[in-house]
Amino acid sequence: MSIAGLVARAEHAVKGPVWGCQMCGQCVLHSTGLTCPMNCPKTLRNGPCGGVRADGHCEVKPEMRCVWLKAYERSERLPVWRGHIEHLRPPVDNQLKGSSAWLNLISGRDRQVPGGWVAGPDVTP
Amino acid sequence: MSRLERKLSAREFVVTAELPVIDGGGQAEIERQLEPMRPFVDAFNATDNPSAHAHCSPLAVAIGLLQAGVEPVMQLVCRDRNRLALEADLMGAAIHGIENICCLTGDDVSAGDEPEARRVFDLDGPQLIALARGLQGGHYLSGRRIEPAPHFLVGAVENPGTPPYEYRVRRAAMKAAAGARFLQLQICFRPVLLERFMRVAHDTGVSERLALIPSICILRTAGGMRFVAHHVPGIDVPRDTVARVENAPDAETECFEIAYELASHALAQPGVAGLHFISFRKDAGIAKLCTRLGIPPRIERETNGYSASVAV
Repeated sequence: MSIAGLVARAEHAVKGPVWGCQMCGQCVLHSTGLTCPMNCPKTLRNGPCGGVRADGHCEVKPEMRCVWLKAYERSERLPVWRGHIEHLRPPVDNQLKGSSAWLNLISGRDRQVPGGWVAGPDVTP
Repeated sequence: MSRLERKLSAREFVVTAELPVIDGGGQAEIERQLEPMRPFVDAFNATDNPSAHAHCSPLAVAIGLLQAGVEPVMQLVCRDRNRLALEADLMGAAIHGIENICCLTGDDVSAGDEPEARRVFDLDGPQLIALARGLQGGHYLSGRRIEPAPHFLVGAVENPGTPPYEYRVRRAAMKAAAGARFLQLQICFRPVLLERFMRVAHDTGVSERLALIPSICILRTAGGMRFVAHHVPGIDVPRDTVARVENAPDAETECFEIAYELASHALAQPGVAGLHFISFRKDAGIAKLCTRLGIPPRIERETNGYSASVAV
């Protein structure tokens, strides 16, 4: 197995049990109150959908609390990365699925966005 | 520039309405559905497989609306299309002169009658807004140039009636930053929640940055009300409201009264830019409600002017 493959396995061994990591390869945990948005059944990267139930549970999985409700509560409690939850996160790069987000962070690959992606006038990357 | 864009830019009151879903019947069916509300409505929403049930596509219906001589708002949801298909439909809309776009994440496939379908969600609602804005800026998501660039009035939706309540206005601000210029708010049967949303949006300046358009739904039966309460994701109907219709001598009259009360309340909120009406049957319900609310027909509003504060 390649080094990259070994790192990816190690990463999943840590982040899988702790955050339910889905190995999207472009980790945004720091901006979502350490809550993995890929556990949202719609894999939404930018906040909760309009289908959240009145009790705060998921439209798709009624037994599960909305991932984004947890993300908000936790991001408020985090001493760092305050306000990052408000940033518009770019579309998922599906080419990175299964690769190590740690290596992609080091190489800067996880910050590459399509040439036509516009994040908006008052949204800092 | 679309009528909707011109009016929202001039801060004129707007009336939008949902065209009931189309399942055949040709252009005549589109015209039959819109006819009773035509005099009051500035733009009609062509919905995109609402509640995850398949119907005629929003692009096809929006073209039909143009041919009928009215202005469409084309809804696009992220549930059924990846980014390539979304770009294709937006560009397809543009070549037909459809400018008003409403970007939604979309109800999940599990809400519909084909729950075995694959859910797509390649993009989410805010990303779709940014995508449409990018096209307008003259390039596809890849960066490939588009000449001439299409022109859109990009809007979206937000739900004031579902958790996390305190965050919904911040999410509206995120959509404004992504490029949305109006938000059609989800139907909300709890006035206190709409009031809270509108007040916070007003106090934080969000309603200055994008036009907020609350939705009013005219139902007809207690069964219909129960269906919305239990089967439409994100809409919570208080038990008292359902009971009020169940115990009323005439359910249809009671449903209309409820819609009237909710609409009057919505019109009284600060920063309300217009109303969006939804009625599931082709009848004059929307026209009747506008008349009762004191909202004049479109031509009259354009000639004599109208502001919501006059009505309340």
